[in-house]
Amino acid sequence: MLAFLVQRISQAILVMFVISVIAFAIQDGLGDPLQQMVGMSVSEEERDAIRDEMGLNDPLVVQYLRFAGNAVQGDLGISYFYGKPTLDVILEHLPATLELAIGASLIILFFSVPIGVYAAIRPQALLSKFFMGVSTVGISIPVFLTAIVLIQLFSIGVTVDMFPADTGWGQNLNSALSTEGGLPSYGRGDELTHLFGTWHSGFFSQGGLLHLILPAISLASIMLPLFIRLIRAEMMEVLQSDYVRYARAKGLQPGRINFLHALKNTMLPVITVGGVQIGTMVAYTILTETVFQWPGVGLMFLEAITRSDIPLIVAYLMVVGLIFVITNTIVDLIYGLVNPTVKLTGKKA
Amino acid sequence: MKKLLTAFVGSMALASAPMAMSAEANKELKMAYDADPVTLDIHEQLSGGMLQLSHMTFDPLLRWTKDLGFEGRLAESWERVDENTMRFKLREGVKFHSGNELTTKDVQFTFDRLKKSQDFKAIFKPFSELKVIDDYTFELITSEPYPLLLNTATYIFPMDSEFYSGKTDGGQEKDAIVKHGNSFASNNMSGTGPFTVASRQQGVRVEFERFDDYWDTESPGNVGKIVLTPIKENNTRVSALLSGGVDFVAPVPPTDLERIRNDKNSELVTMSGTRIILFHMNQERVEAFKNPKVRQAIAHAINQEGIAAKIMKGFATPAAQMSPEGYQGHNASLEPRFDVAKAQELMKEAGYEDGFTITMMAPNNRYVNDAKIAQAVAAMLARINITVDLKTLPKAQYWPEYDNRAADMMMIGWHADTEDSANFFEFLTFCPDADSGSGQYNAGNYCNAELDALVDKANVETDLDKRAAMLQEVEQRLYDEAAFIPLHWQDLAWASKKNVQIEPILNVMNFPYMGDLVVE
Repeated sequence: MLAFLVQRISQAILVMFVISVIAFAIQDGLGDPLQQMVGMSVSEEERDAIRDEMGLNDPLVVQYLRFAGNAVQGDLGISYFYGKPTLDVILEHLPATLELAIGASLIILFFSVPIGVYAAIRPQALLSKFFMGVSTVGISIPVFLTAIVLIQLFSIGVTVDMFPADTGWGQNLNSALSTEGGLPSYGRGDELTHLFGTWHSGFFSQGGLLHLILPAISLASIMLPLFIRLIRAEMMEVLQSDYVRYARAKGLQPGRINFLHALKNTMLPVITVGGVQIGTMVAYTILTETVFQWPGVGLMFLEAITRSDIPLIVAYLMVVGLIFVITNTIVDLIYGLVNPTVKLTGKKA
Repeated sequence: MKKLLTAFVGSMALASAPMAMSAEANKELKMAYDADPVTLDIHEQLSGGMLQLSHMTFDPLLRWTKDLGFEGRLAESWERVDENTMRFKLREGVKFHSGNELTTKDVQFTFDRLKKSQDFKAIFKPFSELKVIDDYTFELITSEPYPLLLNTATYIFPMDSEFYSGKTDGGQEKDAIVKHGNSFASNNMSGTGPFTVASRQQGVRVEFERFDDYWDTESPGNVGKIVLTPIKENNTRVSALLSGGVDFVAPVPPTDLERIRNDKNSELVTMSGTRIILFHMNQERVEAFKNPKVRQAIAHAINQEGIAAKIMKGFATPAAQMSPEGYQGHNASLEPRFDVAKAQELMKEAGYEDGFTITMMAPNNRYVNDAKIAQAVAAMLARINITVDLKTLPKAQYWPEYDNRAADMMMIGWHADTEDSANFFEFLTFCPDADSGSGQYNAGNYCNAELDALVDKANVETDLDKRAAMLQEVEQRLYDEAAFIPLHWQDLAWASKKNVQIEPILNVMNFPYMGDLVVE
């Protein structure tokens, strides 16, 4: 166990080193940060003076060594745009992203398990086919489109008047297809509760939760179909296995067989995929946060790129790298707990 | 320091006392721009966003009116003493947010700081000194007669000299202008403007509160609190307005103009802007561009009206010159000259009937529809047998390429900081000279010393009619020689809920005078 952790930590250090080198190497391709900091009419001479002052004129190796020297001491530089240490900036934005991810995960969890299990138990039922159909469509719609449609339907509202309003059925259809709107379409609102440090939470107020609904659904929409299908497939396989047949033959309650014995084994691969998908989730938060102006790290990162805020870009990539390593480590540990037949590397057989 | 503290305490006491003003200004406004202020130090960066902030939290000596005239703000009156001197009388009894009173020493302090600011020093170069006569009288002195003295004075937003003097606990000078990293002025402010910054979370939201002691009690403005949220994504910003999440948004993308016009709860205001979008033809890179006939052929091949109608959806004013209407150099006789047959003929005359191949670069997230415009121009050039190899880049990567003059034709949009024609010429068509910095963005390498001399002469001509004639002649000759390819002036658009009366406070410079905003 200890050896396993040590190995993972050294991996993490290696990953972060590689990321920092790559991020540094591509910074020339990211554009000129000065462009974002000075007006158009500032002369080249002035610009050069500022570049000098910021150390941007030094050779890349010198710049990297300076950065690495500070980074070892926990200082990842100062963001050009925010004028603050990059880690502080990231910590300020991280809670918003985490809450969005938690919100989306909860939605995924609450919907994928029952739907997946149901579709596996009754594969021929009309409802199952409907769910499978919808999930195929859902998996192929890009997240920003989902987001825009959601905003139009539930924030702005849609008035349908294509059916004749003077007939009863027309009126009913019109009102059935029209939506009220009214859900917040951007940001986290101003009813945030301060938890600790930089964490201001939207979970504890009505306003905060309302702001979370649309972004969380959008983010969940891309992953939910995947998990439904995964759980269904795994579950169907498990249901064919000998021990389930035996349990059935023994006369156990179907509910007990399905949800206690079969589901447990179904969840194993789901945990692995889920762990890997956390990374994908981070990628999709960038899109979701942009559409909803959600003040999380995704939006921050995207804007840092448009501003060529290189210190912030490098720090963000390193933090994300670290998150990946940590989540993968945790998934491996959980896996070991759930399935004792799996051996962690470094553990003697 | 002690005095400063007492001043602060005093202002706090005043602020807590109920005032007639605050009772009236009780409306709350939620607004969304595409970006929030980069810093609270108004001298750190010269940009549209910073000027918008300046007009909310500070007041200029004088400001532009809707029809490009001047209106006194902190300067009550001004008169010309001699060719190089303008005397200003300062408004009395104006209070800063800190409670200090505005006098000429604050104007002096601000002027000195502007001269030090990397972004503003170029604009203030013609000024040799600011001479204080007494507490409320001062003179602005230029080294040569300067016709744009008042234009430039709109950039002087007096700062609270007492508030910005001394050292912070960290030992940093409070008046330091720091481009990267933190400074006192980038996090604290004390101006004379209608609003104070109550709280600010960069990139997320800024809250403004009405300043109770605001000097302009005549202002009709009744907004007591403003919450500004930056919403970068066009679609989201418009959705926020349509869903009622915000009361006022800018800018409005051309694709959503109809949507807002059709919405019964929203109001749309558009204006022809002053930012010219143009292409340079690099004569150093392409031999053919040295031939005026070829340049004219290109000028005839481009359909400005088509671009404005089809790509910009009417959200642009087709241009045949750089100076927009209202500028001194605007030459009303110049029209776009789209005529493909003429263009082909000119190519033939120049001996390039078979055409040639060039490279073209344009940004893809800087100007409205920039990449699409470039594609259209490339297609139009194909009709006179010029094959274009087009590359579009995000702005962060585009400008370094621009500085390297990396393509034969490059797009640029320009807004004159001085709201004057000469500024266009100085940056875009003057003979490039690295030492003096003139022609800094002249990616065409077009060079006509005669025209440069004429502009220089116009810059010391204080008879405005004579000056206008000179500048218009320059536009005419640039047009005749087809020195560059002007496309259009990008329009401006704002939108609000019906009860927010934005029309009176908007102007072509895009500094909404938020202090005067009336919400029903």
